[in-house]
Amino acid sequence: MIEVEGLTKRYGEKMAVNQLTFAVRPGIVTGFLGPNGAGKSTTMRMMLGLDRPTAGDVRIDGQHYDRLKDPLTYIGALLDAKAMHGGRSAFNHLLCLAQSNGIPRGRVHEVLDTVGLTAVAKKKAKGFSLGMGQRLGIAGALLGDPRILMFDEPVNGLDPEGIHWIRNLMKSLAAQGRTVFVSSHLMSEMALTADHLVVIGQGRLLADTSMADFIRENSRSYVRIRSPQRELLLDVLHRAGIVVVETGGGTLEVDGHRPEDIGELAAQHRIVLHELSPQQASLEEAFMQLTAESVEYHAHSGAPLGAAPPPLPGDRPGPPTPGPQVPGPQWGDDWKKG
Amino acid sequence: MSTPQPQTHQQAAPAPNWQSAPGTSYTSPIPVTRTHLGHALTSEWTKIKSVRSTMWTLGVFLLLVVGIGLLVAAQTNDNDYADVPYTIPAFFGLILGQICLITLGVLVVSSEYGTGMIRTTFTASPQRHRVLTAKLLIFFVVAFVVSALAIGFVGLVTSGMHGGASDNEWGGTVLKGALYVSLLGVLALAVGSMLRHSAGAITAMLGLVLVPAILPAFLMMSESLRTVGDKMMDYNAPNALAKIFEIDSENGGGTSQLVLLIGVTAAAIAGAYVLLERRDV
Repeated sequence: MIEVEGLTKRYGEKMAVNQLTFAVRPGIVTGFLGPNGAGKSTTMRMMLGLDRPTAGDVRIDGQHYDRLKDPLTYIGALLDAKAMHGGRSAFNHLLCLAQSNGIPRGRVHEVLDTVGLTAVAKKKAKGFSLGMGQRLGIAGALLGDPRILMFDEPVNGLDPEGIHWIRNLMKSLAAQGRTVFVSSHLMSEMALTADHLVVIGQGRLLADTSMADFIRENSRSYVRIRSPQRELLLDVLHRAGIVVVETGGGTLEVDGHRPEDIGELAAQHRIVLHELSPQQASLEEAFMQLTAESVEYHAHSGAPLGAAPPPLPGDRPGPPTPGPQVPGPQWGDDWKKG
Repeated sequence: MSTPQPQTHQQAAPAPNWQSAPGTSYTSPIPVTRTHLGHALTSEWTKIKSVRSTMWTLGVFLLLVVGIGLLVAAQTNDNDYADVPYTIPAFFGLILGQICLITLGVLVVSSEYGTGMIRTTFTASPQRHRVLTAKLLIFFVVAFVVSALAIGFVGLVTSGMHGGASDNEWGGTVLKGALYVSLLGVLALAVGSMLRHSAGAITAMLGLVLVPAILPAFLMMSESLRTVGDKMMDYNAPNALAKIFEIDSENGGGTSQLVLLIGVTAAAIAGAYVLLERRDV
């Protein structure tokens, strides 16, 4: 259990993390999501006592991190893959960590085996590929068999096989009753691993919700229909007072109705359906919708640089005002209109 | 990708059960240990002996002190040792060799900052002062033992070659000489911890050692700065070593220089501790 309360970090004028309050519960994978520069890594460093918060508090099972007597058996953390001395062998890297916490030497062999690095245990870490470095970092996190695990962008730069491995590892760790906290800027990745979501943007908490609730609240759901008797179906739906949107390729989309109702309606009129499927806007869209106003580094397409100041968080971007200073198209405008 | 293939699917974890009651906390079978300085010391000992830079800097140090020492011993004759200790040949090697210890002292801590290892270290040991204490102790013991062995070896060989010329007691010069150069290394470690940058810290330390040895020549030109120049001349690192090895056979034997270095080192260590607790990693 990690409790974050009013956590704030200020670098000069810039608020990197602003009044964050949330809790990370055991037994599930909690995803920590935000665009680049949202303050994810800063928050994680403060959780680990590496950075001092300007204000606020982090408690690990009720204690401050630097009060932990046996930190590695409490928390295992992977901050960045290359947080190790490249001249040291994988085995020695893990050994010096184990020794600093009184963890028996045999455990080093165990974790090397778990992450599949036994064959290169005597090799220097600087010769490791990104994937191997990531595995070594995870071995370090697992060293103390901790009840809390924190991973900062663990799948960055990994190949599909490595990503699959990390996903399953995180899920099985949570299933054992551990607290798993993993950051990412990829919503699609979180959708496959996380049960709970904490979303931040520009250091502020945007959402703290279960995955299912997040999807429900942040995405449009609709029913997609395809039928060879399209005209007849349109007619029937129209008479039933159901609004239909025609999209390309002969498919129809219906908002706000259950697929069951539409299916039964079609059956009553003996209409053949080739497709009747509930659809949800992708999580990536939901995530972009949520964080669009807090994305720090925009890539403007077509607009002159600096033409449009980033909208203040909380401001609702209005329609582009006509006049001499028309701002270029804002990132995310497309889906906002839809 | 270059991950080893045979092991990739090894996973000791039991079959995942996503729905298992959230709220229950995991308990590890690994015995929980209250960590203390002893753990930090074994950890730092593993660190210092598992990187090549330690072997290189100490290797070059031994080569310089013993190599130059034996060359000097071979070039001198028995009468040269009438008033001076047998360890004097080691002095010439130490003048260069101290740079190796300074480099190692800086690297012991700054390499962790340079590689990012420091974040892993402080995550494993949030008691930062304990990590620094362990680094200081381990480095000091390693540097002291290695330099005392080197100086002692040179002294033994020299007294064997030129024995009988003097009954000068030279054991004290071994200890004082080793203490002086190891303290320079410890000072470098503290400076490295404050500057967090290898090249910067090594440069700062070289400046500290060399500038006071060179600057007096210029300060002497000005009447008003003459006293400053004199002090610098007296207390700079090469001259301190010369005094410890009784080259000019003056009294004092470099004790006041040693005391100054102890004071400066203590101040630097204090500064390092204060900054360590305050700064973000």
